[in-house]
Amino acid sequence: MKNVSLTQFQLNKMALIDIKINGKEVKAEAGSTILEAAHTVGIEIPTLCYMNLHDVGIKNNPGGCRVCVVEVVGRKNLAPACVTEIMPGMEIKTNTIKVINARKTVLELILSDHPFDCLICAKNGKCQLQKLAQDCGVREIHFPGEQSTYKPDFSPSIIRNMDKCIMCRRCETMCNKVQTCGVLSGINRGFTAVVAPAFEQDLVDSPCTFCGQCLAVCPVGALTEVDNTPKVIRALADPTKTVIVQTAPAVRVALGEEFGLPAGTRVTGKMVAALRSIGFDKVYDTDFAADLTIMEEGTELLDRLTKFLNGDKNVKLPLLTSCCPGWVNFFEHQFPDMRDIPSSAKSPQQMFGAIAKTYMADKLGVKREDLVVVSVMPCVAKKFESQREEFKVNGNPDVDYSISTRELALLIKQTIGDIKDLQDEDFDRLMGESTGAAVIFGNTGGVIEAACRTAYEIFTGKTLEKVEFEQLRGFEGVRAGKIDFNGLEINIGIAHGLGNARKLLEDIREGKSHFHAIEVMACPGGCIGGGGQPLHHGDSSILKARAAAIYEEDESKTIRKSHENKEVQQLYAEFLGKPMSEKAHHLLHTEYFDRKKKTIE
Amino acid sequence: MASYKMHLLVCGGTGCKSSDSMLIVDKLNEELKSHNLVDEAKVVMTGCFGFCEQGPIIKVIPDNTFYTKVKPEDAKEIIEEHVIKGRSVKRLLYVDPKEHARVSDSKHMGFYKKQIRIALRNCGFLDPENIEESIAREAYGALGKVLSEYTPQQTIDKIKKSGLRGRGGGGFPTGLKWELAAKSVAEQKYVICNADEGDPGAFMDRSVLEGDPHSVLEAMAICGYSIGASKGLIYIRAEYPLAIKRLKIAIAQAMEYGLLGKDIMGTGFDFEIELRYGAGAFVCGEETALIHSMEGERGEPTFKPPFPAVSGYLKKPSNVNNVETFACVPVIILKGEEWFSSIGTEKSKGTKVFALAGKINNVGLIEVPMGITLREIIYEIGGGIKNGKKFKAVQTGGPSGGCLTEKHLETPIDYDNLIAAGSMMGSGGMIVMDEDDCMVQIAKFFLEFTVEESCGKCSPCRIGNKRLHEILTKITEGKGTMEDLELLKSLSNVIKDTALCGLGQTSPNPVLSTLNNFWDEYLEHVVEGKCRAGQCTALKKYIIDPEKCIGCTACARACPVNAIEGDKKMPHEIKQELCIKCGSCYEKCKFNAISIK
Repeated sequence: MKNVSLTQFQLNKMALIDIKINGKEVKAEAGSTILEAAHTVGIEIPTLCYMNLHDVGIKNNPGGCRVCVVEVVGRKNLAPACVTEIMPGMEIKTNTIKVINARKTVLELILSDHPFDCLICAKNGKCQLQKLAQDCGVREIHFPGEQSTYKPDFSPSIIRNMDKCIMCRRCETMCNKVQTCGVLSGINRGFTAVVAPAFEQDLVDSPCTFCGQCLAVCPVGALTEVDNTPKVIRALADPTKTVIVQTAPAVRVALGEEFGLPAGTRVTGKMVAALRSIGFDKVYDTDFAADLTIMEEGTELLDRLTKFLNGDKNVKLPLLTSCCPGWVNFFEHQFPDMRDIPSSAKSPQQMFGAIAKTYMADKLGVKREDLVVVSVMPCVAKKFESQREEFKVNGNPDVDYSISTRELALLIKQTIGDIKDLQDEDFDRLMGESTGAAVIFGNTGGVIEAACRTAYEIFTGKTLEKVEFEQLRGFEGVRAGKIDFNGLEINIGIAHGLGNARKLLEDIREGKSHFHAIEVMACPGGCIGGGGQPLHHGDSSILKARAAAIYEEDESKTIRKSHENKEVQQLYAEFLGKPMSEKAHHLLHTEYFDRKKKTIE
Repeated sequence: MASYKMHLLVCGGTGCKSSDSMLIVDKLNEELKSHNLVDEAKVVMTGCFGFCEQGPIIKVIPDNTFYTKVKPEDAKEIIEEHVIKGRSVKRLLYVDPKEHARVSDSKHMGFYKKQIRIALRNCGFLDPENIEESIAREAYGALGKVLSEYTPQQTIDKIKKSGLRGRGGGGFPTGLKWELAAKSVAEQKYVICNADEGDPGAFMDRSVLEGDPHSVLEAMAICGYSIGASKGLIYIRAEYPLAIKRLKIAIAQAMEYGLLGKDIMGTGFDFEIELRYGAGAFVCGEETALIHSMEGERGEPTFKPPFPAVSGYLKKPSNVNNVETFACVPVIILKGEEWFSSIGTEKSKGTKVFALAGKINNVGLIEVPMGITLREIIYEIGGGIKNGKKFKAVQTGGPSGGCLTEKHLETPIDYDNLIAAGSMMGSGGMIVMDEDDCMVQIAKFFLEFTVEESCGKCSPCRIGNKRLHEILTKITEGKGTMEDLELLKSLSNVIKDTALCGLGQTSPNPVLSTLNNFWDEYLEHVVEGKCRAGQCTALKKYIIDPEKCIGCTACARACPVNAIEGDKKMPHEIKQELCIKCGSCYEKCKFNAISIK
């Protein structure tokens, strides 16, 4: 919750004021909190509910957990360091007996209303409450008593186990302030207060997009992704099944973090080796399908553009990308009246599945029912997407199981242990070749940049001298770029984070949008910051390192434009014909639904 | 305007209304009509008289005859005896609990003698649904004076000098609060009236709004002028339908008379008032929670600063005052700040309304000068303890106040003395307890309320109060230990130190004050397994005196769990391990052979 305060000190921000922390004279920026001021001099105050998303300019500091309380000389109560602004001459004590006792008691209280199933909890070892309890030396709960219990909520993507909720409200901030979905908020009062959808609906009945940003910030095990690894293991163990796997671009630049490698380490080859060694029959690349997406979506863009230039008044522009399942859920719930604007192209995950279970199944000589397609995604919404009815044939899904980057790490740890010492291996063919254009799908702006590389060459008939479109890159929430298509100026819009997407959609609805094409990614940063990635707790330096790694991977490729992907060309030649052919339309395109009826108005 | 020889004031407050006072009004009017007296006497439905225990109440003006517990069928006699023959109806007069004699009029009633009515000045005197009656008692005179004679700062200075402090609980100086809001620069500011009266048993705000809505509207306009706000909002709980109805009527009438709205009294000052409804959450009486509730957000407090005076409703500077505080403002302007500050103690000026309840003879709403002692309130105004029992404690400040005892009876009541004694003013709840009340149960009872009403935002309040309640329950069940008593104390102190808002910071008060003042009672529960008040069922022990028991078997037959054994005509015995302490045997025994230990 962002506190807007207009104290005179904040108005003169940047002015330094003198305070004292633990007896130390400190000069700190006016307007900063005790927590921030203490941090500047290396005094760390433990926190729990506090979360600061510097880049988005959003803080979650409801002052609710009371773990960060400190003594301010002259005040009768303890002050929460995360929300208390410093004042000139303030004298702060962060480690007095009174503070330590209060902090420990508060922690004991929180733990007294928290299940003790840590050993089998999804967050075991990564739980911030667990760590805090250790750091503060809590060895005994003096206040045993009733624990609050709630109905568990299982959706295809996210599990809500609110018995573990500590009311930090971080998920609420992500859902409402960042993503503007308005699904999660505090309900009930007192001891039974909890974060939930309105009327304690299940997530599947709510306007939840399953972007997973809530669970990515949950400090405890209250919000976790559905763990599909047991199903994957079962399929791998079944000798009658051929199990193939596809891996999304953003996974390869983040997986290493789960094994202690620095953020931004590219582990593509090790990941392939690991998957093969776990026992997947074939290890393919979602990037192949990303190139395919560009062929379809790029062609659709050029088609709409040409019609528009020829004076067709009914053509829908801007074209909106449709790779991101959280984003698709968002507009189906929130802007169903505009569902004819997004590209009808399926996401790369689903294009891969559709081709795998037809063309590839034939090539491998496996029946559809015996082929299991697993996807490794930086995302939890992909789980929901793979279970959509329209992506099944006679009940058999094109993509059987979607697992997140975190789940893959877990699977590797359970089976082969580590990836660090593995020798690099390459993807299987076909459906293993990809271009640099496909890799950058993982970054915000990447899909549209990839589309521009192809659309430009097809539209102008010229070869791009420089494939990087720097004007489309960056981390601002909403960006705009102009591309010169041989004298024709193409306006590109980019949004990441659903709150930013909402702004662009509202402009379109009001007829104020001047864009020809807009890329939207539900998660801040794009897929690299997806809800299924190793937890970054709002640390944007991690996101930036992953983004840089994605661009490095692009640069390392010899082919960097989707239409030059030889395997994709082969697929069209052997099977699909041409982009947007009838067969392509049938396998690679989809339609969208009005889900607003489920929203409580 | 017609002039009448006599006015019959009938209480139209929520309490009396629910005892058919509206029917009494109709019957009185019928009788007047049938006796052709409609031009001689007038029946007026007024706001609350405060003496709710004795309602429905009729007061006859000019002689101040005070009729209590009136029924609709008494109307005929009142008209025929009092109005026509000039003789009061003796059987309806108030009986003094000490003298056991009927009291002729309100001036001689102990309940009213020590009261000074400022906030309640018009309650019980005028028809709240008729603005002309209010104007006749100087309503909007203060607003006119302020708009024509004082600058905003002069007005603020007057309020500051009067020493008026917030009557909603915190006791923050009102003038200072106004000044802070006045100093904030913004195009739009708001005056907010906190009418989310939530203390159980407290109903002073409701009474003011039901009985004298114009005093609040006028004060809000004065505040608006002072701080530079053109909009007022009254946050009122939806459970107050009568107050809402009368406020709506009052606002409409004031708009019609040009006393609210655009260009008030031709001075160019605009001020409009809207109502906002609360759903009855106790925590929404906390000003930041109240503001969030009005904004459509979840009603829970946020950390201050920023204070509402800087960033309040819709992030605009807002001044929040409680109903009773506002009700004092017009009088301060008209009678002067010196007059107001001459009443009360050094740091607490004026009067305070208390809702007197519990084991006391005169239950009701009273307004007394600050500095009055608890003894004066309980024994003079309150008429002493019910049924001649012994006074044990008085809880002030609502559910999060503290319990004071005998030793505090002579303490002059004001904000600071109450805090020093481990309690607080709160919004003015005052619950009297006698020897039959168990103080552990009392602490548990109040905790139950805060556990229920906590918003759940901060951990100490959400979980800590629940744990306090669990420990208290354990003690009342006879399972408490000495360590529990230590835990109660230390946990209470941590909650006080760490909770986010006033609700949480004060919620352990009932525990701490009873621990301080009634430590021996806690000890008895824990060490001796005894509850001296006999309120803790689990600690009760029913025992048959073999000397008195004649073996009639009545008790054994009454026992639902067959815990009583004994042969016919032989003394019986209660098997304690089976007894569920239902008391059936005790009631059945005709020989007083069963006692409770």
